[in-house]
Amino acid sequence: MNATVSAAFTAQLRRDLLLSFRRRQDLANPLIFFVIVVSLFPLGVTPDKEFLSQAAAGVIWVAALLATLLSLDGLFRADYEDGALEQMVIAPQPLFMVVLAKTLAHWLVTGLPLLLLSPVLGVMMFLPADATGVLMLSLLIGTPVLSLIGAIGAALTVGLRVGGVLVSLLVLPLYIPVLIFGTGTVQMAINGQPWTGHVALMLAFLALAIGLAPIAASAALRISVSN
Amino acid sequence: MSDTLLEVRTLRCERDFRVLFKDLSFTVNAGDVVQVEGPNGSGKTTLLRMLAGLLPVHEGEVFWRGEPMQRVRPMFYEELLYLGHKTGVKDSLTAFENLRSWAALRAPVSDDRLLEALERVGLKGFEHSLAHNLSAGQQRRIALARLFVSDAPFWILDEPFTAIDKKGVAELENLMIQRGREGMAVLMTTHHAPRIEGELKKVTLGRVAA
Amino acid sequence: MWQRFKAWFHKWASPKWFFDMSASWMPWLKGIAIACMVTGVIWGLAFAPQDYQQGNSFRIIYLHVPAAILAQSVFMMMAVAGFVNLVWRLKLADLAVKAAAPIGAWMCFLALFTGAVWGKPTWGTWWVWDARLTSMLILLFLYFAVMALHGAFTDATTGGRAASIMAIVGTINIPIIKFSVEWWNTLHQPATFKLTEKPAMPPEMWVPLLIMVIGFYCYFGYLLLYRMRNEVMEREQRTQWVRELVRKGV
Repeated sequence: MNATVSAAFTAQLRRDLLLSFRRRQDLANPLIFFVIVVSLFPLGVTPDKEFLSQAAAGVIWVAALLATLLSLDGLFRADYEDGALEQMVIAPQPLFMVVLAKTLAHWLVTGLPLLLLSPVLGVMMFLPADATGVLMLSLLIGTPVLSLIGAIGAALTVGLRVGGVLVSLLVLPLYIPVLIFGTGTVQMAINGQPWTGHVALMLAFLALAIGLAPIAASAALRISVSN
Repeated sequence: MSDTLLEVRTLRCERDFRVLFKDLSFTVNAGDVVQVEGPNGSGKTTLLRMLAGLLPVHEGEVFWRGEPMQRVRPMFYEELLYLGHKTGVKDSLTAFENLRSWAALRAPVSDDRLLEALERVGLKGFEHSLAHNLSAGQQRRIALARLFVSDAPFWILDEPFTAIDKKGVAELENLMIQRGREGMAVLMTTHHAPRIEGELKKVTLGRVAA
Repeated sequence: MWQRFKAWFHKWASPKWFFDMSASWMPWLKGIAIACMVTGVIWGLAFAPQDYQQGNSFRIIYLHVPAAILAQSVFMMMAVAGFVNLVWRLKLADLAVKAAAPIGAWMCFLALFTGAVWGKPTWGTWWVWDARLTSMLILLFLYFAVMALHGAFTDATTGGRAASIMAIVGTINIPIIKFSVEWWNTLHQPATFKLTEKPAMPPEMWVPLLIMVIGFYCYFGYLLLYRMRNEVMEREQRTQWVRELVRKGV
């Protein structure tokens, strides 16, 4: 990365974070959603402690996945509507970097708070205390992958009015491996099995997503802008 | 100074089975001011977006400094300034932050130069106001300040004179004249006859039989 | 060699050439498809030996396996066509993506449906969260995604390019999904439910199966060309050659 590219990356990241903090209320929404979805589960199924502690990892992961999905529309929509996206597409700086910076900003304001909130939900769901750390670790590696894959879906649908529903159709099937291994890692820790191998595998997913997702999302943005 | 910057050969555009333009060929040389004219719906904005690389070219060829556009697009983007209907000015950023984040994806520019550009478009004293609190005309000026920051030798402007007052128009025309002497070229649509030095070249659309 | 390849490749850029050529391929595909499927069905259902464990219910394999193979290879083909569409802007590749998606989705559905029908007598239940069934279900979701994206754009070309990206992204993900689902399956369920392994089959069983697979491929080829030709007509409706065809009443 040369100096101007990294400067552009930081500037883009700073701009997107600034925009998010100027609209603080919107930031809380996915988090509130996250908490509500998790608390619906004992109400809908059973408050039984034994059962909940078994289901905890899966429920928290599914809720995190849905909360991320809900926030995806904000990733490119505003920039598309006011023309800022056009200016990014035709800027001399690589669009790949812009997408990566925007996705990182997205993760910092959605994925990271979800991760920080997860221990509280772990307590509500009777997740064994010693598995909390592993849950957070799995979310730390997994939620950026959700943001990156989500960026592809958001970029493909940004020019469409029906974007919101369509994006879940596109992105959810692609989220399944992250969900399986995210939950699986925690489950293995609960069962006292070695889980480091799965963490390594999730890191491989993350590396793959960082390398490939911004390419697909950039191509998708160029198509969406030309619509 | 008559280097050919942009050359368009037999460009054709069709939308929903309707031909907007075809066999369109023209060149833009350094120092030229080219006005694209034609009735509403004749494809002026479409042409500008196509040349800026926002729409794909299906038929015809575009050359930048003599090279096929698809091969030199990254170089072209370094020399292009495009301003469309939608300007990309963010409501919740200040005038200064707006200009700075735009410039950050282009050549590095000092903060002083950004502030000076805002002053030139008459936004002195409003640099740190949120765009949200400014009038429509002032928001437009934030976008126009980019022209005062940029060293790009080729501008594509879609109705640059809308929503700004006479003084603003005059300031912009002066800038174009001054930059034109340095070899900058402009391709634009406008309903206002701009005051320029030399000849105003025209590209006329809307003469295609459907 | 390269020049000849290029010349051949360029032909594909002409919808008219495709329209004329495909007309001569279609009867062949149709003929082979019918011959293979009739032979395969009769052989498989009436003459192939019974499975010693499952009896006659295993015979649904002659629909299930070809459908499942097609469901996967059609998605792969769609991704290749999508790539060609994105890189070389070949109109026909775009048409192929659009035409293939619903056929692939049907194959996927057929594989799931026959799987359920097969599962009932074999496993005693319509559905199990078996790794193969699950990944087939996810594949069906991916087909829906490609189709929905294609339909969501008002401009067919833009929609085609967006759907192409989705097809490519989906294809990169398919192995990861399969791998994850297989790992997940072994974690959650011991391998009590396993399909009888294919290679253990005697030739009297797998030869008709192979014939069915070939038949399915030809049937797919026929359907694909049929749908592409319709699409070509629609998109090129303003051109001279299509008008001429319509006038002649083809």
